[in-house]
Amino acid sequence: MADPEIKSYEPLHESRSAAVTESRPVRITLTIVTLVFLGVFLLLPLIIVFKEAFAKGVGAYFQSLGDADTSSAIRLTLLVAAISVPLNLVFGLSAAWAIAKFEFKGKAFLTTLIDLPFSVSPVISGLVYVLLFGAQGLLGAWLKAHGIQILFAVPGIVLATVFVTFPFVARELIPLMQEQGNGDEEAALSLGASGWQAFWHVTLPNIKWGLLYGVLLCNARAMGEFGAVSVVSGHIRGLTNTMPLHVEILYNEYNAVGAFAVASLLAGLALVTLVLKTLLEMRYGAELAATRGH
Amino acid sequence: MTTAPAHAGWRFRQPSVIPGFGLTLGFSLAYLTLIILIPLSGLIWRSAALGWTDFWALATDRRTLTALKISFGTAFIAAAVNVVFGTLVAWVLVRYRFPGRRIVDAMVDLPFALPTAVAGIALTTLYAPTGWLGKLLMPLGIKVAYTPLGIVVALVFIGLPFVVRTVQPIMEELDKEVEEAAATLGASRFQIITRVLLPGLAPAIVTGFSLAFARGVGEYGSVIFIAGNLPYKSEIAPLLIVIRLEEYNYPAATAIAAIMLGLSFAMLLVINLVQTWSRKRYG
Repeated sequence: MADPEIKSYEPLHESRSAAVTESRPVRITLTIVTLVFLGVFLLLPLIIVFKEAFAKGVGAYFQSLGDADTSSAIRLTLLVAAISVPLNLVFGLSAAWAIAKFEFKGKAFLTTLIDLPFSVSPVISGLVYVLLFGAQGLLGAWLKAHGIQILFAVPGIVLATVFVTFPFVARELIPLMQEQGNGDEEAALSLGASGWQAFWHVTLPNIKWGLLYGVLLCNARAMGEFGAVSVVSGHIRGLTNTMPLHVEILYNEYNAVGAFAVASLLAGLALVTLVLKTLLEMRYGAELAATRGH
Repeated sequence: MTTAPAHAGWRFRQPSVIPGFGLTLGFSLAYLTLIILIPLSGLIWRSAALGWTDFWALATDRRTLTALKISFGTAFIAAAVNVVFGTLVAWVLVRYRFPGRRIVDAMVDLPFALPTAVAGIALTTLYAPTGWLGKLLMPLGIKVAYTPLGIVVALVFIGLPFVVRTVQPIMEELDKEVEEAAATLGASRFQIITRVLLPGLAPAIVTGFSLAFARGVGEYGSVIFIAGNLPYKSEIAPLLIVIRLEEYNYPAATAIAAIMLGLSFAMLLVINLVQTWSRKRYG
């Protein structure tokens, strides 16, 4: 006797859900259009990188990676990331502590200023340092008199990289720490912890996954930055060429295998970044600000 | 209550038991000033030092104007394309279930993670007349690589995640009951989408558009490979800055950069106003 009752509900339920979704052919069409669009615009570029890198076989691939200029580009990219990511990590922690833990005048304005580098063209991010430190720059004469080389050298590349990756850690941590509030730290302090202990034993464990998330994105951009670094680097082979700049040089020399071999390393870095990012979002989504769409 | 200070009306910060305010704010401000504010004000100072006549002459140079037009025009078209396809991608990812959805979802962030130079040479190889896609488009008379269309393609790649990632979370929060209510009141699916769903998504779509547009205007790495970089045809403003720098023509480079910054900030301001207006109107 129960059966007819369920059956009388089924069509009703069906029509109800049908009213708030598209018909099956429409759904399938839209899904296919989306997948084709993403396939053409995202997947094909990724595939072509590896296809071109191995176009002349595995031997040619490793041979071009073993090139002395290529390995010095890899070393420089690692060095630049190793300096600029920790700098922005310390800044991100510090800015997030000040902004999330305290109420003060001008806080919204400060948060806007931190995001500023995202709305500046990478080329302009490099240009501002040329105007400051270049031969015709504001500090150019002074630097020359003291024999300090910033432009067309590692310090300039680091500065430009710090500029473009400036907001990554801070903008992940600020909303996260704001949401977590001050309760945990206040409890630790009232139990006699010092401010430093409260940060180290209470705050840091609370934000560790968010911090890792921000560092991951910061690092990907630091290693891949092209425009800003290109302006300040001077393109000296073996000395001031980062991996993305080296890709450009090899490509312009019609050394496709060489260019795409270096590019494949950067694409590999991007894929690793995406996988780690997705894993973090899946496992620790609740502890990340980014997954809640700011 | 007992010790109300004379200046209680205005205080720089609310009292708190948490320590470290002076240290962290001081360090953050010092770092922000050194890395971002001083260099950026240097740019403004240098362009102000040019004087109005020189600045105007540099700004109205035909090559500069054309490059700015190309940068802003292609970024606008690409952002518009991304509004359509980005919203569609977000819709399919949020509402439909299909095998591999999680991987597709993760793939959307590829343009954030892939270095722009890599994207540039990959897209150029694909769309070159001998490339996989260029070969298909050639018989149709469509040339992508080394034309302004190539710039649009690169900017669509770069800008897509901005739209998807802005619209997607808002779409997830859409209340299905509102749609059901509209359906019971006799609205067709098309009416529900255009009258109920899209107005709610409008602020997010506008934000996504502005982020993709702003990024596209300044984009350099992915564009210079595919654009062909012909002056007056496919030369973007950031590239012209680089060219002027290589000629040691600092005033011209500074003027173009100042105009780009000014236009970008003006545009962000307008979009903020539009957003506030649309939020008020559609809630």
